[in-house]
Amino acid sequence: MAFAIEAEGLVKEFKGGIRAVDGLSLQVEAGTVFGLLGPNGAGKTTVVRILTTVFLPDSGRASVLGHDIVADAETVRANIGLAGQFAAVDENLTGLENLRMIGQLTRLGRRQAIARANDLLQLFELTDAAKRIAKTYSGGMRRRLDLAAALLHSPSVLFLDEPTTGLDPYSRQSLWGVIEELVNEGTTVLLTTQYLEEADRLAKVIAVVDRGKVIAEGTPTELKATLGATVIDLEMSSTDQADRVSTLLIEKTGKQARLVGASVKLPLEHGPSQVRELLQILEVAGLMPEHLNLREPSLDDVFLTLTGHMAEASTEGGRK
Amino acid sequence: MSLTVTTHPEAVAQRGLPRFFSDMLVVTERNLIALVRLPQSLFFSSIQPIMFVLLFRYVFGGAITVPGRAYVDYLMPGIFVQTVAFGSIGTAIGLAEDLQKGLIERFRSLPMARSAVLAGRTSADLVRNIGVLILITVVGLLVGFRIQAGIWAFLGGLLLILIFAYALSWGFSIIGLLAPNTETAQVMSFPLLFPLTFASSAFVPVQSMPGWLQGFANNQPFSILVDAMRALSNGGPTSAYVIRALVWSIGILVVLAPYAASRFRRSF
Repeated sequence: MAFAIEAEGLVKEFKGGIRAVDGLSLQVEAGTVFGLLGPNGAGKTTVVRILTTVFLPDSGRASVLGHDIVADAETVRANIGLAGQFAAVDENLTGLENLRMIGQLTRLGRRQAIARANDLLQLFELTDAAKRIAKTYSGGMRRRLDLAAALLHSPSVLFLDEPTTGLDPYSRQSLWGVIEELVNEGTTVLLTTQYLEEADRLAKVIAVVDRGKVIAEGTPTELKATLGATVIDLEMSSTDQADRVSTLLIEKTGKQARLVGASVKLPLEHGPSQVRELLQILEVAGLMPEHLNLREPSLDDVFLTLTGHMAEASTEGGRK
Repeated sequence: MSLTVTTHPEAVAQRGLPRFFSDMLVVTERNLIALVRLPQSLFFSSIQPIMFVLLFRYVFGGAITVPGRAYVDYLMPGIFVQTVAFGSIGTAIGLAEDLQKGLIERFRSLPMARSAVLAGRTSADLVRNIGVLILITVVGLLVGFRIQAGIWAFLGGLLLILIFAYALSWGFSIIGLLAPNTETAQVMSFPLLFPLTFASSAFVPVQSMPGWLQGFANNQPFSILVDAMRALSNGGPTSAYVIRALVWSIGILVVLAPYAASRFRRSF
């Protein structure tokens, strides 16, 4: 199996001794989407910045298409595209000027850069806005322009740092479509996201990152399977009741349930056959749920189990 | 249309001077487009110096007497230097803004010459300074400034100021790299520029200042540039002034440009 991206033991520390990346390793199979999933501050953005040669790692090594990201950074840059979560477009240039500039800086000639820019503007439905300055673009338009900028030189490895954070559902869907098309054409994509749905839909392999380390890795199905076949959600009438159920379950079954508000979530290794036993325990204690729901585990469950906290939606990174 | 090529031939990195110059021109062009489009940057680089000409010519000028010449002839060389000096804040702000907005991050992921980011910024500022100096010359002539030393000496003086301004741009790019945002870049620039600009021979004779200030005012680079420009436009002996001005400009450039470049490489 050919790996398009390999990293081993990457470490990056920032001023003040914050270890953003703490011994992270990963391998990305060529022509697939690899999802780095993690909460804010998990170190995802820093990993992307290291792999795209923006930052130097403090220790560890990594390569893209077999080229070392430090020793042969120039070759790496010639073969990668980066779209960051902050949509790094020049606000004072028009869409076309932005793409022409990036095209020229990625070694297309001016004429070739303009031709390719026009193609990409059309593809991302920005032709009408091509001659407007980017300052007037909506959030979704900026993201599309940013992604187009990452594609100018047809890179074979694409890094997308939270590409859909802050996008409306329609824009998100259409971006996903573009990413799928790119992968069909042979592009390798490393994607960071806080959205489990996004990782589930796009990624062949997901690495769950927390505090700068990979804490679990596998296909979405494998990750969900680690939780067992079924998850039961018990909707209690109050958070207080939910707390009591959680304590009770540890006492009687030794299992740690997770609490989200007034609902208690418990993986069932043996599937629905355990439900009766569970309900008996609750009935004896007088803690019957208002509703209950049996379902397949979601990546949300995996995430919560592994990290002990929810994926939160806020912003990470900025200038470090 | 295809998004990418179906088979990805591996791209080979280009290196060397042709790439550097090509990238420098692309970045320069980009910065100049922004300069023309942003009303605030046009204001700071053109309207503000014009206001200083009018302020000193018509408001303060009447109260200032200088020996042996009209105040407007004394003033304009000072205005030229002050204009390019204040303009170099633009270098700091522009770089800080690019960093803040993530553009530098994108540049660093591209197969471009990294040094072209700073070189393109300072080159754009050089072009801006050429335009602004022409504008201020015209405004000066309109308010009574007369070139007595001959046109070639005067043009030589402007060239000297441009070299100085280019060196200052590299110096202020360091502030742009250090500042966490544009506001801080501006705040960090003024305490440097104010004493150098006003405790100098730019607007009033140094002899009118208290003794303790004269030592600084006589020997700091802004005064030396102003004195050289004054000799090259008002007439009088020039070579000693010009040599000192060149030494300062080249000295600043040789020390600060490599420092800025290494700062740019290391700050990630």
